[in-house]
Amino acid sequence: MDKVKKVLVLGSGALKIGEAGEFDYSGSQAIKALKEEGITTVLINPNIATIQTSKFLADTIYFLPVTPEFVEKVIEKEKPDGILLSFGGQTALNCGLELHKNGILKKYGVDVLGSPVSAIILSEDRQRFSDHLARIEVATPPSRAAKTIKQALQIASDMGFPVMLRSGFALGGQGSGIAKNKEELARICEKAFPFVSQILVEKYLHHYKEIEYEVVRDIDDNCVTVCNMENMDPLGIHTGESIVIAPSQTLTNYEYHTLRSIAIKIVRSLGIIGECNVQFALNPRPLTPKRSDGGRAKPNDTEPPFEYYVIELNARLSRSSALASKATGYPLAYVAAKLALGKNLTTIQNKVTKATQFCFEPALDYVTVKIPRWDINKFQRADEAIGSSMKSVGEVMGIGRTFEEAYQKAIRMLDLEFEGAVNEAMLGDGVGRDETLKLLTKATPKRMFLLSKAFYQGVSVAAIYKATGIDPWFLERIKHIVSVEKAFKKRGILSAEDVWNLKQLGFSDKRIGMLLNKSGLEIRSYRKKHAILPSVFQIDTLAGEFPAKTNYLYMTYNGNHSDLKPTKKKGVIVLGSGPYRIGSSVEFDWTTVNTALALKRYKKQSIMINCNPETVSTDYDISDRLYFEELTFERIADIYDYEKPFGIVISVGGQTPNNRSGSLKSYGCKILGTDPRNIDKAENRNKFSALLDKLSIKQPEWATFTHFPELLRFCDKVGYPVLIRPSYVLSGAYMRICHNHEELAEYTKKATLVSSEFPITVSKFIEDAKEIELDGVAHKGRILSSVISEHVENAGVHSGDATIVLPPQRLYVLTIKAMEEVAKNLAAELHITGPFNIQFLAKDNDVSVIELNVRASRTFPFISKVTGVNYIDLAVDSFFNNPPKQIVQNPINGVAVKVAQFSFSRITGADPILHVEMASTGEVACFGEDIEEAFLKGELSVGGKMPKKGVYVSVGGDLNKAAFLESAKRIATLSLPVFATNKTAKYLEAHGIKAKRLYKIIEKQSPSVLEYIQKGVIDLAINVPDEQSEQEVMDGYLIRRCAVDNNVTLYTDLKKAELFVKAITQKKPDDLLIKSWNEYL
Amino acid sequence: MIGHLIFKDGTTFEGISFGSKKGKAGEVVFSTGMAGYPESMTDPSYQGQILTLTYPIIGNYGVPERKYWESPSIKVSGLVVSNYNDTPSHHLSKRSLSQWLIDEDIPAVQIKDTRALTQKLRDEGSQLGKIVIENDVEFYDPNKENLVSKVSVKKISVQKAFSPRKTKNILYIDCGGKRNMISCLQRRGANVIVVPWDFNPLDSEKKLHELMKEQGIALHIDGFVVSNGPGDPKFVDKTIQTTKQLMETKKPILGICLGNQLLCLAGGGNTKKLKFGHRGQNGPCIMEGTNLPAGRQGRCYITTQNHGFAVSELPKGFKTWFTNANDGSNEGIIHTKLPFMSVQFHPEATPGPQDTEWIFDYFLDKIK
Repeated sequence: MDKVKKVLVLGSGALKIGEAGEFDYSGSQAIKALKEEGITTVLINPNIATIQTSKFLADTIYFLPVTPEFVEKVIEKEKPDGILLSFGGQTALNCGLELHKNGILKKYGVDVLGSPVSAIILSEDRQRFSDHLARIEVATPPSRAAKTIKQALQIASDMGFPVMLRSGFALGGQGSGIAKNKEELARICEKAFPFVSQILVEKYLHHYKEIEYEVVRDIDDNCVTVCNMENMDPLGIHTGESIVIAPSQTLTNYEYHTLRSIAIKIVRSLGIIGECNVQFALNPRPLTPKRSDGGRAKPNDTEPPFEYYVIELNARLSRSSALASKATGYPLAYVAAKLALGKNLTTIQNKVTKATQFCFEPALDYVTVKIPRWDINKFQRADEAIGSSMKSVGEVMGIGRTFEEAYQKAIRMLDLEFEGAVNEAMLGDGVGRDETLKLLTKATPKRMFLLSKAFYQGVSVAAIYKATGIDPWFLERIKHIVSVEKAFKKRGILSAEDVWNLKQLGFSDKRIGMLLNKSGLEIRSYRKKHAILPSVFQIDTLAGEFPAKTNYLYMTYNGNHSDLKPTKKKGVIVLGSGPYRIGSSVEFDWTTVNTALALKRYKKQSIMINCNPETVSTDYDISDRLYFEELTFERIADIYDYEKPFGIVISVGGQTPNNRSGSLKSYGCKILGTDPRNIDKAENRNKFSALLDKLSIKQPEWATFTHFPELLRFCDKVGYPVLIRPSYVLSGAYMRICHNHEELAEYTKKATLVSSEFPITVSKFIEDAKEIELDGVAHKGRILSSVISEHVENAGVHSGDATIVLPPQRLYVLTIKAMEEVAKNLAAELHITGPFNIQFLAKDNDVSVIELNVRASRTFPFISKVTGVNYIDLAVDSFFNNPPKQIVQNPINGVAVKVAQFSFSRITGADPILHVEMASTGEVACFGEDIEEAFLKGELSVGGKMPKKGVYVSVGGDLNKAAFLESAKRIATLSLPVFATNKTAKYLEAHGIKAKRLYKIIEKQSPSVLEYIQKGVIDLAINVPDEQSEQEVMDGYLIRRCAVDNNVTLYTDLKKAELFVKAITQKKPDDLLIKSWNEYL
Repeated sequence: MIGHLIFKDGTTFEGISFGSKKGKAGEVVFSTGMAGYPESMTDPSYQGQILTLTYPIIGNYGVPERKYWESPSIKVSGLVVSNYNDTPSHHLSKRSLSQWLIDEDIPAVQIKDTRALTQKLRDEGSQLGKIVIENDVEFYDPNKENLVSKVSVKKISVQKAFSPRKTKNILYIDCGGKRNMISCLQRRGANVIVVPWDFNPLDSEKKLHELMKEQGIALHIDGFVVSNGPGDPKFVDKTIQTTKQLMETKKPILGICLGNQLLCLAGGGNTKKLKFGHRGQNGPCIMEGTNLPAGRQGRCYITTQNHGFAVSELPKGFKTWFTNANDGSNEGIIHTKLPFMSVQFHPEATPGPQDTEWIFDYFLDKIK
């Protein structure tokens, strides 16, 4: 290979379900690996909150959509000689493959580094890949097409029942299913055959184990498996949705290494250079094996029965590889990038041990348990069942030296107020044993707690295995947790022996306390008195065989020593954000990483605490010490007690660390930045309201209620609509706008939230108000620098979902001045030191405050990258009482727009509508000469498309219709057919805009909107709801859902729709300039 | 019940006993392999050693029936783990690990901090120790005697090829070899004539032929394998002498693990004891002399390792075949002209990666 000098790296864009932070990790490591070789890097990734889009990484950065059109233009301009496709998820891979197929890469002489494109194409084509595997005698699940019921029966009896029948997507799932016998098969076929010409009969791998291998291979054919992983849930649950354990627990040597050899064989056959993930189904009870059904030919009886199938292969870095990296300490992405450059594995020094090299397979002396984090309940109408496609939005990884320890840690890491395997609330919900067992058959995010509950209710391991397919070994471990806690509770006394035992099984102080009616702090002091303390162990990739210099740490009670000495006053703890979830995502990884890096300037050693395997903050080379640990008070305090650091930073990792401020302060930790008592004054609604009153700062009228009648009276007084929410919320959980008594009653009934224990907060909702953010950093109450950015949408759309513009385009100077004044007063009053964020409402120059967060907000990376001031650096300066004398913003020339990424298509049934509860999973930001250009680039980055076929318009309410008229006229200039439902159509016609009328479902006439969307006649849908009747609500929902399911660009917010229409009518593709970040400076 | 792992230097680890209550002494070693405790525990190379597993969760898939073991009984003197699980789950499991240990009268303890123990052995080297549950026992140094004589087969036998196509006859000197080593040969169409460590085929040709006739196999020996086994190779002088004579036949010889050291000594080289040895399933070994452009390293294989001794001086006429990529120690030797070769690692794996099974093909291909 000729030496490459300039390499284009494709990122994965916004975080979305199925493609999240792991690709910031992999892209960042790849860029580092390239830089070390003196290679110039060009990165295309519109995700501004990532680490990879930092100046200290890529040489040239384009915040542009990762689509063939844009990438081609960047190639034309930058003329790279190589391109990396496998570090930006499926987005980058698909884009790269298209550029290859179009001949663009060849045209510009760009080499694809790493695995040959032909291999990737082969692996992406199910049938060809399956044929390829058959040629090398590797088994895939048998599957044959049948054209008649008779054929289907024949195939099924050859294969053996049960079989899985698939009749294609045309029937919306009908005509597919599992047939356990001839009768069931006939029944399904009868339903399907009138509609389809053939049915696929597949072997149904009921309750097979799912096992994965991460393989790397170099140009010289050295090939190793870095890690194997076992899914706790059986086959059928996507690996991203499953609890995953590394290394495998229930595999014998024969199974482990035979699958390993097969994985290597496949990787070699494809000629992979770099990283590859192979997933297997393994029969837990193989019978007489035949070669044709995955069994290996048995030369003799020294080889045990064995049956497997390859079910999936990813010839690129994946979520699993990020997990494997964190589980083993082996930096897969870094190594894969080196291999793509043609390096030999044995020549790459092991960065972890600094004594060995990377051609080896890590030996673990601990176990890791990954648990996904779901936020399905944040979506209205969403189906909570989990299965073969991803719904989770993040994940955590617990590390321990017993399964129980790692598992219970991971559950706490989810940050959902669960103390461990047992969920007390669920124990007491009155659901009986038989019902529990029935519920267990359906996989949902709650199932892990149903397991422990079932054991509490005395259900047997065998019965639960039958219901869930979870291997009895895992069930026994959970049963063990339950029996130990039951026995302890029964004894009812604290003893050092019991506490040791419980801690070794991963019980929290709080849970131990709960069992004895004591507080967690009481248990903590008992523990400390009896010297029951966790050990600090290194993850050294070699199970202690060689002395390692690694900074990668975890804590365990299954040990009696610590591998290294405390940092003492040199250390500063930085709390990370925990699992990605709706409302807390990669932006807080950016803030924590930047904090860790900034600490170097103060000669401090950064001690990172985080538990999210898809982050850069948990990379081996970011912090001086990395505790891959819980962000619970208990564990932070353990680390604090052990390290005895200079202080702790709680204000950069989002809401989770912020929530710990009070308890850590009371425990005696030195908090860097604003005093937690003042943080509380901002967090506590009553205190904050009083504070605003005291400072004569306006706020929407609000009150808190524990009784429904009082609540009604208040609403009548202030007038509807009102904004309603439980007192304690993160990212708008359970928040709603209610327009009348009925909606209010409905909400409180559904949420059953009004009680003295769970009071409810109601505030006057100001309609048609602008929402504006002010972010900044202060030092001892004096604001050092701040940034104002405005929302495109009116108030009522959660700030995390809103489109944010910087610099603001529509604000009056007076409004700005008023907000700056408020910020000044608040910062001074709370003596803020460090980052903060204020959310304002503005209507007719009238400014009121919605909330104040005394921490870095999610816009910190955005404002930092747009203004040229690193607000995290500034925050760290303020922590160390060293604010720069002068701060000069060097904003970009032009406009930056941050756009949310939604993953509605993944959440089956969810209503894709924007409201006060946050629903987006990620974001991008793009730059432009004006707001339209920047916004359009942003929308194209998150999956939006310029319409080419037809536009559907449905705008509810007379005021909205009038407001949209100008946009409708613009749409008319597109020379595309316009479709509308009755009222909107009439309105448009009345104003001279030709629109074809389509029927709603309720009207039961053809052509209906759904029909046209499904047929692909419509490729832009604007549906601004103002729905009154139940049926209209349902109609609107079905149309929106249909648009999402058919991948049609959809707008439901008036302001955003208007901006989009303006942008697509003003801008032609060539108006979207290919300019790098630097070119805007 | 509480048990103790006591080192000769007085260091003591307390733990919960989960095996036999009878105390045992030996050399304490550690292995970093994560899967395959039944295979490791029945590997005769562990004779006289108390094995510590660094992977902390052990017992998960129970114990399969004997035919899947590497030898007919547990060979370790004792087992030390961090956490033992008594709820095995596997379709092949016939009994729990604890029951197996009790049945075979082998002590075992769960000491939580096996990492501290590993670090001690790593830093100070392998040491003598004992597991004491009820009655104390004397320390015992397995490196001061001929362990091979204890674990080698007592009489000769024939293990026929699995697929009797073009069969070759391999004479296999058992110094405490693993089942799968013989299986690897059988699978490749070789009849394996298994003989005790002190059996000299050249001196006892008649006896050998009688057996071969009886078994209905052709009366020729095509090559020799010297198996793995426990302890210091220098105690196994008879096998060294035999190997020397076998080299004169110029027929292919393959040595594995101890066999590597024996071939080395037979050829006039030397061996040494390693500080704490290599035991695990992730040993990277670079094959020397692979034909690659300048500046390129050779092929690297991930291997199973289980040895406390290593080749320190190459015999005349031999060159290095494999080198350990981590510490540069010798992992195999090969004769520059004659078909003599040996490896320090375990191409038969069990437990461990199957990547170097090709060594058996390579060896068998040398047979004309």
